[in-house]
Amino acid sequence: MPDRARKIRVECTVNGRPVILEAYAMARLLDVLREQAGLTGTKEGCGEGECGACSVEIDGALVNSCLVPVLQASGAAIRTIEGVANGERLAAVQQAFIAHGGAQCGICTPGMILAAVNLLSRCPEPTEDQVREGLAGNLCRCTGYIKIFESVIAACRQSERHA
Amino acid sequence: MRSYLPAYRLEAPRDLGAALERMAREPGVWKPLAGGTDLMVLLEAGKLPHLNFLSIWKFPELRGIEFTGEHASLGALTSYTEIRCHAALLREFPLLCRAAAETGGIATQNRGTIGGNIANASPAADTPPALLVYDAEIELVSAKSSRWVPYRNFHLGYKKMDLRDDELIHRVRLPRMNRGWKQYYRKVGTRRAQAISKVCFAGAALVRDARIADVRIALGSVAPTVLRAVETEKILRGEKPSQHVLHAAQEALGREIAPIDDMRSTARYRRRIAQNLLAEFWEKISA
Repeated sequence: MPDRARKIRVECTVNGRPVILEAYAMARLLDVLREQAGLTGTKEGCGEGECGACSVEIDGALVNSCLVPVLQASGAAIRTIEGVANGERLAAVQQAFIAHGGAQCGICTPGMILAAVNLLSRCPEPTEDQVREGLAGNLCRCTGYIKIFESVIAACRQSERHA
Repeated sequence: MRSYLPAYRLEAPRDLGAALERMAREPGVWKPLAGGTDLMVLLEAGKLPHLNFLSIWKFPELRGIEFTGEHASLGALTSYTEIRCHAALLREFPLLCRAAAETGGIATQNRGTIGGNIANASPAADTPPALLVYDAEIELVSAKSSRWVPYRNFHLGYKKMDLRDDELIHRVRLPRMNRGWKQYYRKVGTRRAQAISKVCFAGAALVRDARIADVRIALGSVAPTVLRAVETEKILRGEKPSQHVLHAAQEALGREIAPIDDMRSTARYRRRIAQNLLAEFWEKISA
């Protein structure tokens, strides 16, 4: 196939820092974040929008970064797993995943945490059904889901105590 | 195998007019790319045959849900998230909201669009059966023209559409529903979330004086395109609910659909499930 495309410059912010990325317009945001921004916390699972391992937030909305061409991230505010903690202080969801065994092999965990954090930002006191729905796009192949759901519920309780 | 990225062009025209001009000037060269939830899957799988795309994702002209006295109208870029959360749509067009809520997970719902769901032309898509039940019309625009077509005539065959190379889907509109329609939607898949349907069923019925005054039924995953079950509707229309009528309708439905064996299910299972869903719809409307 002929090379017809040239790399473009995409200006956006990642975890609050302005960055300029250079990539083919159709390159997946996932690859550009990992390979150019060096943010390897975002994982690739299926590469087809089924597993949620590559979840990031774009302008506050949860997305699968494997399905976003980087051109469409131009001007956007992106948050990856590296931007969830406040410096050294882990977010409530992250602490709860540690305390309640929500992580095992760790591949789905960044996406699970992004999905959970995103859910709690929209819906601070979710029911169990809402937690299940909020995480329905994130697949885990080792812990099962119970400990993950428990972690998210525990994170809500902890946030309430701190409120 | 992955696609070779340098072969693909994706450009961002400044507005809808510029995109349509480009599509008119170089017919067949450019296709629109919205939220990417279908096209990017093909790209990663090395199965995206088309090479040149125009990003339409940021065009405000293609966004927004509006109600007039006669219609609800949705811009082609309306996302599943916007649909499922919209209070007026939830009241009047619950099947569409249900379909949006059952499509993928939250991340897909944030990026997937109603126009994309139509233009991807999958016979297994979740929102088209609801659109068929609501007698949706779609507006197709090009640099020179715009036209409304009934959605039920839009899919001409498997992945074939009444859509010219220089046209894209602008809006979808649904005639307002009178009160009193009983509505039913059910998607049957391998699991409750993140599954493509084996059979998807949408139905609405208006029951007056214990008779089915009007009925609309549509299904996904049972034919080369999503299908309005007109023969089944004919059997039901004007009838009083009875087991005899239900059986006749189930037989008609079995003849009307043309399911296949594939990786997700079998023709036999799909036919039986479609008939069972008709019975469940029937229970709901005769209650």
